[in-house]
Amino acid sequence: MNALPEALLRHPGLWQGKARRDQQAYVSTGFSALDAQLPGHGWPRGALSECLVAQPGIGELRLLLPALVQLAEEGRWMVWIVPPYIPYAPALRTAGLNLFHILVVNTADEAEALWAAEQALHSGACSAVLLWSGVCDARRLRRLQLAAEESRSWAVLCRNSDFSRHPSPAALRLGLEGMEGRLAVQILKCRGSVPAATIMLDA
Amino acid sequence: MEAARATVPPWPDVERQRGRDTRQRLWLALVFPHFSLEMACRGLANHEPVAVVEGQGVRARILACNRAARGVGISIGMPLSAAWAVTAELQTVNQNAVVEAAALRGIAAWAGQWSSLVSLMEDKPPGLLLEVGGSLRLFGDLERLTARIRAGVEELGYRALCGIAPTPLAAWLLARINDSRPVRQSEALAGRLAPVPLLFLGLEKTTHKALENMGIRSFGDCQRLSRSGTARRLGPELLRYLDRALGRVADPRVAYVAPAVFTRELDLPAETSALDALRFAARRLLLELEGFLIARDGAVGELELGLRHNREADTCIVIRLLVPGRNACHLLALLRQRLESTKLPSPVTGLWLRADKVLVSAPPAMDLFGSAEEKKEGQQLLVERLQARLGVDAVRGLEGVSGHRPERVWRYCSPGTQSPVAKSEVMASRPLWLLACPTPLAHKPQLESGPERIQSGWWDGEDIARDYYTAHTSDGARLWIFRELRGEQRWFIHGYFA
Repeated sequence: MNALPEALLRHPGLWQGKARRDQQAYVSTGFSALDAQLPGHGWPRGALSECLVAQPGIGELRLLLPALVQLAEEGRWMVWIVPPYIPYAPALRTAGLNLFHILVVNTADEAEALWAAEQALHSGACSAVLLWSGVCDARRLRRLQLAAEESRSWAVLCRNSDFSRHPSPAALRLGLEGMEGRLAVQILKCRGSVPAATIMLDA
Repeated sequence: MEAARATVPPWPDVERQRGRDTRQRLWLALVFPHFSLEMACRGLANHEPVAVVEGQGVRARILACNRAARGVGISIGMPLSAAWAVTAELQTVNQNAVVEAAALRGIAAWAGQWSSLVSLMEDKPPGLLLEVGGSLRLFGDLERLTARIRAGVEELGYRALCGIAPTPLAAWLLARINDSRPVRQSEALAGRLAPVPLLFLGLEKTTHKALENMGIRSFGDCQRLSRSGTARRLGPELLRYLDRALGRVADPRVAYVAPAVFTRELDLPAETSALDALRFAARRLLLELEGFLIARDGAVGELELGLRHNREADTCIVIRLLVPGRNACHLLALLRQRLESTKLPSPVTGLWLRADKVLVSAPPAMDLFGSAEEKKEGQQLLVERLQARLGVDAVRGLEGVSGHRPERVWRYCSPGTQSPVAKSEVMASRPLWLLACPTPLAHKPQLESGPERIQSGWWDGEDIARDYYTAHTSDGARLWIFRELRGEQRWFIHGYFA
């Protein structure tokens, strides 16, 4: 009697506490300490993840790189939308990332960046969509999250850590801080599990 | 006797030749009963009253009008001045035989995707004849093919009556009386054509008059006349007509050959600048283009859409595709984005679409299990869509280049065209973020490692001489900084080890 109908369980908008979705829906972060704290042992796919960075350059890309390297094998686009600086090709190659699938999108304004992100998510032609934006409009964020839910992509929104106090529909929110050459990752919000303490990564 | 026999060609060849000739032919006739009106209305998404006008000045009369016009009280044959009195909102279009002929050819070119033999019937009403006997294998059965053709014609903005018979004339007559049940056997033709009124046969005036006086009213009545008597009294015209319709004599038709370049126009009865209305009209043209391209197994890499204005020069929108294509939906999506960002100087009175270079379509080879090619096509679509709105330079890929200067070991490239670079060069530690241009540092941060001297580029005037170090700031960011070896020896920040 208390079992939910099968159709309801498969609904993407419904999540069950502690329940683990299939492994395919996650991509490992590449850091076992962080994986252990996340419900699917990795970044959720088909949902929005948010990285709140105090200042660019503290190690946020090193956190994203292992997952990108894995996703590159799918042979679909990995779209970087309005990155704050130029993704430096030699360093990406040294990290083992195949440049062939990288798409760098630069736009004139915020609205077009969000449009590009939605298009990339809807197209189904992307394994990863990374967006750097200062968007704080709740409706816009919700749209982004819905677009991510309808896709199989790994969607990451990088914002300034000032936004950590604003509510967000993202499934996973990580606060990143640099600490003496290490990266302190704080899980601010995590669907399907209880946010844990800060994790230090030797990235 | 023996010699005479030797000149007769051997039997099997004759048989084979005959076999080819007597392959069952099946004709599909499409009659457009409201062609002039549909021509005028097909660019309109909404239902405004529209009427086609015949004649000039005081003689101008309503030739045809749509339902909206009938609804407000316009009727066929009404003088134009009277119609204006009924409603001032009536959009009128003058009948133009040249434009109608071009439109019919447009449909014929589109119909080439369904049949290898499309013939024009520039009659009143106009129509097309398609030989579909040879297309049945490709498109499944007759019913499915007819349904697809009818749906396609409707998408173009026309309504057609269909008739299917083994002879072109019989198919045409069946379509005229709106009898869409197909006739497969010539033997059944006589019975099915019997109710066709005499008027539809399109005989010469004198013959028609004579038959009418004799009390002949239909095709069936004509068939009952004795052959010798008819020939004597009316001449050979009627008999020849009956024989062609019933398949007793051959009735060859001239196939329509579409021009090599696609150019079609569409006039809007009322000028508009509404995006939806323009998109609706453009879709009609794109569907025609799609049919035209399928017919010749072609694709376009570039097409031009023109928006006509009353006074100003036409607004042209050129669409370029990464991969030649012909899918109307995709082209429309690209067009839509361009339309959104195009500023119109004044409302639009008409559209034209032109595709000069028709390329040979290279259809993707399908994979047995969920195709890799399909995926690739989807990848291209995304790039095209983004580039259509943001510009070609806004969407790029990254590429490594061999060299030593940090600014010159990478560059942007067109997506998916990276040239592989030898991986041999071992890079000392390089930052993941590079600053577009190095920014001067106010004071020297705490150095971690270095220096790495990079001195290169004397040959092209952009030579550099720098000592690179890694450093870290108090808030945890790791920097890639350098000191110039020349001039003021200032410190610059060039990247972040993000």
